[in-house]
This record gives sequence, structure tokens and C-alpha cells, in this order.
Amino acid sequence: MSLFNRLKKKFSGKHTDEEIENKESDELIDELDDGLISLEEFEEWEQEQIGYKFRMGLEKSRERFQAQINQLMATHRTVDEDFFEALEEVLISADVGFNTVMELTDELRDYAKLKNITETVDLKEVIVEKMIEIYERNNHISEEMNMQDDLTVILVVGVNGVGKTTSIGKIAHRYVKEGKSVMLAAGDTFRAGAINQLQVWGDRVGADVIKQSEGSDPAAVVFDAVNAAKRRGTDVLICDTAGRLQNKGNLMKELEKIKNVIKKVDENAPHEVLLVLDATTGQNALSQAKAFNEVTEITGIVLTKLDGTAKGGIVLAIKNELGIPVKFVGLGEKIDDLEVFSAENYVYGLFSDMIDETSEENDE
Amino acid sequence: MAFEGLGGRLQGIMDRIKGKGKVTEQDIKEMMREVRLALLEADVNFKVVRQFIKDVSERANGVDVMKSLTPGQQVIKIVQEELTNLMGGENSKINMSQKPPTVIMMVGLQGAGKTTTAGKLALLLRKSHNKKPMLIAGDIYRPAAIDQLETIGKQLDIPVYSMGDKEKVETIVENGLKYARENHLDTVIIDTAGRLHIDEDLMNELKNVKEIAKPNEIMLVVDSMTGQDAVNVAESFNDLLDITGVTLTKLDGDTRGGAALSIRSVTEKPIKFIGVSEKMDGLEPFHPERMASRILGMGDILSIIEKAQMNVDLEDQAELEQKLKENTFTLDDFLAQMDQVKTLGPLDELIKMMPGANKIKGLDKVKMSGKEIDHVQAIIRSMTMEEREKPEKLNISRKRRIAAGSGRSLQEVNRLLKQFNEMKKMMKQFTNGKGKKKNPFSGMGLPF
Ligand SMILES: Nc1nc2c(ncn2[C@@H]2O[C@H](COP(=O)(O)OP(=O)(O)O)[C@@H](O)[C@H]2O)c(=O)[nH]1
Ligand SMILES: Nc1nc2c(ncn2[C@@H]2O[C@H](COP(=O)(O)OP(=O)(O)O)[C@@H](O)[C@H]2O)c(=O)[nH]1
Ligand SMILES: [Mg+2]
Ligand SMILES: [Mg+2]
Repeated sequence: MSLFNRLKKKFSGKHTDEEIENKESDELIDELDDGLISLEEFEEWEQEQIGYKFRMGLEKSRERFQAQINQLMATHRTVDEDFFEALEEVLISADVGFNTVMELTDELRDYAKLKNITETVDLKEVIVEKMIEIYERNNHISEEMNMQDDLTVILVVGVNGVGKTTSIGKIAHRYVKEGKSVMLAAGDTFRAGAINQLQVWGDRVGADVIKQSEGSDPAAVVFDAVNAAKRRGTDVLICDTAGRLQNKGNLMKELEKIKNVIKKVDENAPHEVLLVLDATTGQNALSQAKAFNEVTEITGIVLTKLDGTAKGGIVLAIKNELGIPVKFVGLGEKIDDLEVFSAENYVYGLFSDMIDETSEENDE
Repeated sequence: MAFEGLGGRLQGIMDRIKGKGKVTEQDIKEMMREVRLALLEADVNFKVVRQFIKDVSERANGVDVMKSLTPGQQVIKIVQEELTNLMGGENSKINMSQKPPTVIMMVGLQGAGKTTTAGKLALLLRKSHNKKPMLIAGDIYRPAAIDQLETIGKQLDIPVYSMGDKEKVETIVENGLKYARENHLDTVIIDTAGRLHIDEDLMNELKNVKEIAKPNEIMLVVDSMTGQDAVNVAESFNDLLDITGVTLTKLDGDTRGGAALSIRSVTEKPIKFIGVSEKMDGLEPFHPERMASRILGMGDILSIIEKAQMNVDLEDQAELEQKLKENTFTLDDFLAQMDQVKTLGPLDELIKMMPGANKIKGLDKVKMSGKEIDHVQAIIRSMTMEEREKPEKLNISRKRRIAAGSGRSLQEVNRLLKQFNEMKKMMKQFTNGKGKKKNPFSGMGLPF
């Protein structure tokens, strides 16, 4: 099944025969059914809610984006240089990384030439496929969170104000809901009020917070926390850090020290290093990813503030150039406003109407 | 990946044009494509870029570029000028109220730097305007936001008015203003919660606060790393609140900051300040030309060119080139050149920032401070016109006289003469071809 059809299926709710067969083997569950909504149905419903929420979060962005694509096809009916330049602008307007945009449009130019495509409509579908392909091309890091049977240590890093602390609160909540014990380390000892902010989140989600006073050594706080987590048999320890701009050598060194201190206690930790990126950030996000990756080997990205009108397209470039996948997306300031990232949903969110339209045409 | 910047981007085209001697419309079109890419790469909104390219192309297609000896630099100059114009003049004055208190309201997205900037502004107004500022804690949503502002207030010893997070913002602001009046605090800065520009409820809350507080200044705080979305954000806040100024934060990072241009062109409101540190003294006035250079990824090179060209018109430059070519460049010309150079800042720093400078061997060793230039000028000024034209005629007694007249040592006089000779040799290499690189600075009025 082509990716394109998979996408369509995913959002049209139609099931394949294969899946219906699998369902029958679940008859046992049906027998236990007490007349309320079945577990399976519930899960499906829940799944839909997540997809729905994700789509709603992107709805506003998508609308604008969609309007642009449609306008693009309307004003440029034939495939020519003007069309590609305009397409570049559409992609750039979603903050897709500059070089990635150039790469993408070059590939489309080649494709159009090879297949002798002259009408822009015939490229619509390929644009989306190429984008997903670009995202899926460089797959050397797992897209899943690397959770351990015993202690999992997650280090959270990023520049100032992107949403590190908030995301930590939300991620902690997620694991607490799964029945795990969670501890937080107040590694931002610099910004005014940062420790209290994390404490508020700890109280909200029911997680212990290991902290020292403002101005103390963040590496020491984190060291204490890893030891405490080991001792108490905690399942997940999430370490907050102060925001730092990636061009500040001394602060990046400090981060390296924090990571080394974690390694001292457990050489396999941190099991995840999450870079938090603000979706409103433009091309600089790529520079952030590169710099933080050099110092701490990033294993995943949390893309926040997708509930706004920004699209965060730079994550396509980051995945393409560095192979770092997005693991979570932030869709608001509340405790539940966090979703697991899905590349298909994401790109679909950006291109949704476009795919629906073309597939209807194909069905006819 | 270091940013190439516009200088690097144009270098290739300039190299190609050099052989031809004439710039065609096609050449300009290609240069404009590079300008477009440079701006997009710097996060300038694509619509703003489109309009900009249209305007600049028109100007560049006019006579000045086509006839210029140095079309690449001419294009850079036009781009720089237009960019600077677009970003408006310098205006880092806070609108003050006739009758105290002056009220400033901070608004913007989450995490932009409102609270930090509120503290910085309070400090600045107390320090350089002798004001008695007070902060109002109007963010009742973000966990520990009040705590953050109170900590900043304590650090700076500036009072913070807060009523916790259970009261409505409107109430807090109303009471805060009353408190300020009663206590003769003449400047009130209202910190507000970050909010999305599409969040109608919270945007309306800001509107209410505006009605109650009647602020003299509504400062939109924007993260300088913002991408294409900057136009939407700025437009929405401006439409609803009619903002009066903008502060761009986190410019101590390595972002090119194209958002500045986007914001400016959709709101036409002045960018007043930039944030350059997390610390409380990290607030500076906004300089349009510096920002333009930064967006173009050219360091300060553009201000250098601009400054140099302020003093040297094209004719002078042509004359200079001619002199260099014919090897009739005299110490007197050198003196005049140095006057211009002196306005440009530390020379060795300048050289490093010039496009193509890394390609010239030995240039990194050039060291010349403002003081050294003064000394050299003093020596030349102690010479007669004739001596300046024909320095080879200087004998030992004349050199002694010059040393005494300028207050420098004989050694220094000798060193200058030696350097001048070497420089002339070097210039000859640059200007008469022979497979050597053409002087990339020619036309800039610099004596290298
Ligand atoms: N709208 C929205 N706001 C967010 C999101 N994540 C964080 N924020 C807000 O962004 C601001 C900065 O977040 P914070 O966690 O303190 O950032 P940190 O400095 O990186 O720790 C706060 O006002 C958060 O409420 C998100 O996904 N959506
Ligand atoms: N490096 C740097 N950090 C800044 C600057 N302005 C604000 N910040 C940081 O950005 C983060 C968010 O700032 P804050 O004032 O809490 O933003 P608010 O949510 O808009 O109130 C904090 O970590 C600040 O220390 C700046 O100019 N430079
Ligand atoms: Mg934080
Ligand atoms: Mg704040």
C-alpha cells in the first residue's frame, strides 16, 4: 500500500480486510463486554481524539497553508520556474529549512522532467509524498522513547523560553498516568522563579522535585537527583535545565558537565536527551539542533506551541540533515496538551485538504 | 554551516562580471536572486522579501549599478540602504506621560521575554531617566510567573505590585495603578501573560487592560529567532492593541533576525530596543543599519562601505584606482585615505569582516590601531607637499626634521616610509592583473 493510501485510510476510518480478520480473533473480549463501550472501541475513540486534537491544533496553520497551495496551483497551472519559486515560498512560509526546501524543489524539478509533467495539478500528490519521504529518509534514531525497565533518565535541553519546563510537566503527567513513578530535577538554577515553576508542575502531576537554592550548581542538583532516583527505585527521572543560547560556549560546557555527571552514576544514562524547540522559531532552530546535538547527542525533539499559527516546518530539515526525530508535540499550556508525534499526521495536517481532493478525483 | 551572507553569495557573480566590464540586466537579475535567498535564509517573511526585491530591482536597474566600477558593492549598498530605510530611523525613546505615572504595558507570545524585558526597562528608566518605576504582576496563568517578577524586583530593588493569581488581571492592574499614584511612583510597567495572537479570550483580556491602564507605551516583545510567523503575530497584536513599540529579544544568539524586517514592514511601528542578555543590563537601543547588516549576514561590513562611500564619491574612487594603477599614489593621498579610514573603527577587525579578505595572504597580519594612524598622520603632516609627492628624496636631515616636527622617533619615520613602499608594491599587484586577484576592496576608498 502506498504511503499515500495509508494516509488516506488513516483519516477516512476505512479498514482493510486484514484488520477485520484480526478483529475477529478478539472475540473473547467481546464476550466479556458488559454493554458499555468496549475496550477496543474506547481505544479507537481515544486514538481518534488524539488525531482530532492534533488536527485541530494544526487546523489554523493548515487553513492558511492550504489556501496558499490552492492559490499556487490556480495561479501557476503549468510547471515552470515561476511555479517552483512560488512553491519554494510556500514551503519557506511553513519554516521548512532553507536547504531542505531547495533540495525538495530540485527533486521535484527532476521528477517533473523525468515524468514529463507539465500541469502543476499532477505534482500535488508528489509534493506531499516527497515531504514525508524527506522526513523518513534518515532513520538512525528510534522514534520511540527509549524506556528502561528500571530507571529511565531524560535530560531536557534548549534555548530560552521554548517550553522546556512546561513540556517536562506534561511528559511527567503522561508517565504518571501510565502508573510510573516520576521524579523531576530542578536543573534550572539560573532563571528567576524557575525552580518554583517546576515545583508547581511537580505538585500538579504528583512527582517529587529534587532541588537546591537558586544560583547553585545545576550539575550538583542533577547528580543528587540521579542518586535519589536510584535509591528510591523511581521509574522516570526528568531533568530540567536552564535555557541557553547555543552560541554561548560556557553555558554549553555546563550542559556537557551535567550530562557527564549523569553518566558518572549510570553510564547508560541519560537514556533520552530531548531538545525542546519552539514551533515559531525559524531557520535558527537548525543551528540549535546542531549545536545541542554536538554537546549532548540529542535523541529526540519536543516541538512546542503548535497550537499557534506557526508550523514548525524546520523539523523536516532537522530530521533530514541530522536524523533527529520529533518525539512529542506541545499543543497548549495545559497538562494534557502533549501528543506523541506522528510524521504522517503532521504532514497530513499541513496538506490535508490537498490529499482529500486528489484522492476523490482518483476514486472517480 | 556558517552563514554565507550576501557578500559571499554575490562574490561569485562579481567574479564573473569582472571580466566583462559591463553589467547587464541579466546580471542584476541573478544578483537579485541571491539577495532573495539571503533574505529568506535570514527568516524575512517571504511576502516582505518579494516586495523588497521588486523595489530594489527597480533601483538597481537604474543607471547607477550598470555604470558602476564595482557593481557588486553597489548592489550591496542599495540593498543595505533600502533595508535600513524599511526598518525606520532610530527611536528608542519611551513615550512619557505629561502627568505621572507613565504606563508601559508588555505584550507578546509565551516565552518571548516580556517579564525579563519589563525588569530591564525598569532598570534602564531608573538609571538613565531618574524614574521611580514599579512593576505590576499581571501574569496570573503561568506557574510561578509572579514569583519570577518578584525575584527580579528584589534583585533590582524595584517594587512589584501583585495580588496573587486569584484576582482578575483587570483588577490587579487597576489597583496597581492606584497604588503607584498614591506612592508617587512615576513609571508603571505592566507584565502580562504570554498568549497566542489567535486566542480570542486572552486577546480581549489585553484589550480590557489597555482600556483600564491607558498605557503610553504598548511594547510588543518578540523573540528575534521567530520565523515566518512573525508577521501574523505582529499584525494581530498591532491590529487589536495599536502597539507603540517593539523589543526584539535574544539577539545575543546567532540568529540573523529577519523577523525585525517582517515586523517592521507589517506594523510600521518602531523597533525601540533589543535584548542582548539574560541579565538585567542587557537592553540596548535598536540600530537599523546594524540590524540590516546582520540580516544580510555581513557583519558590520555594510556600515563600513556606507561610511567609506559617504566620504568618497565615485569619481574620487576612479581617480584613486587610476593613481594606483599608474603608481602615482603619494603620501598625501595616503594621508587623505587615512582620514576616512579613521572613522571606520579598529582596522584589523574591519579587515577580517570583509568578503574575500581571507583569500589574501598576509592581510591577517595587518595591525593598525587608531593611535598608530594618528602617529602616521602626524609624520606625514610634518612633510612638505613636495616631500609627500616624492618620499624617495628624503635624506637623513629631512627625516630628522620630520621626526622632531611630529614628535615621533626617527625609527618610526623610517618604518612608515618602508611600509608605504611595500604597500605600493602590493597595490600594483592587485591593480595590474598579471593573473593576480584584483583588489576586492577597490572602490571602497581603503588604502590597501
Ligand atoms: N501555547 C503554548 N504555550 C506553551 C507551550 N509550551 C510552553 N508554553 C508556554 O511557553 C512559556 C515558556 O515555557 P517554559 O516551560 O517556562 O519554557 P522554558 O524556559 O523553556 O522552561 C510559558 O508561558 C508556557 O506556558 C505550548 O505547547 N503551547
Ligand atoms: N539570552 C537571552 N535570553 C533572554 C533575553 N530576554 C529574555 N530571555 C530569556 O528568555 C526566557 C523567557 O523570558 P521571560 O521573560 O520569562 O519571557 P515571557 O514568557 O515573555 O515573560 C528566560 O529564560 C529569559 O531569561 C535576551 O535578550 N537574551
Ligand atoms: Mg524552564
Ligand atoms: Mg512572563
